[in-house]
Amino acid sequence: MLEQELTLTARKGDKYAVIATEGYINNPGGEKIARRCYQLMDEGYKHFILNFSKSKVINSIGISILIEIIEKVLELKGSLSFCGLTNTIAKTFRIMGLTQYTKIFPTEEEAITALS
Amino acid sequence: MEEEIILTIPIRPNMELAVSRLASSIAEAMRLDENKVDEIKLALIEACLNAFEHSKSKDRKVHIKFKMTDDHLKITIKDYGVGFNPSKVEEPKIEEKLKSTSKRGWGLKIMRSLMDTVEINSHRGGTVITMTKKR
Repeated sequence: MLEQELTLTARKGDKYAVIATEGYINNPGGEKIARRCYQLMDEGYKHFILNFSKSKVINSIGISILIEIIEKVLELKGSLSFCGLTNTIAKTFRIMGLTQYTKIFPTEEEAITALS
Repeated sequence: MEEEIILTIPIRPNMELAVSRLASSIAEAMRLDENKVDEIKLALIEACLNAFEHSKSKDRKVHIKFKMTDDHLKITIKDYGVGFNPSKVEEPKIEEKLKSTSKRGWGLKIMRSLMDTVEINSHRGGTVITMTKKR
């Protein structure tokens, strides 16, 4: 797989969905995540965990698409959590203010536990 | 001791990844820690994207120089495009971006936050962004 091609898997829990990505979160990568989130929202999900443990590189265009997802989640009165972030991606999210509206957890298990 | 690596890349999608891989190798050779390597990579990706998206350079190229010294890494990103006025770039705020149709405009903020210094010299003949990271 080329590093720039993002792949993802979605796992549905009772009240939440986990989307795990692998690859570069750029414009097409961000759009792919957003499309999957919006499909899940149409199915009734409003609590999301984005597991980026296999996505080590991101750019501001990809993050701007994550902000669109945050906007939609807030409209639904749901939640968005991140896990598996590199220190630099977590720092960047804090710098941009994303952590005012989302939560960051070290692991997927901790993110799921926080929802229950 | 100073050493330089100079390269020119075409403006093409994802070319910023190739540059970030080279930056990673250089920073690791300088024995910078993992977090600093990642910060340099992301700042450089943003500088490249800025040139790709806004320079409108006729030669469709970006020129990058890495200068390694004993105490820091200096990276210069140059294009021969239309330039921009950095003082007119508004500081993005998440609360405003959430309500706005345009969520973008974070590149300069990310660069300035992740690097030790960022200088922008831009005019109608092009833009030079100079960033440094201390060891």
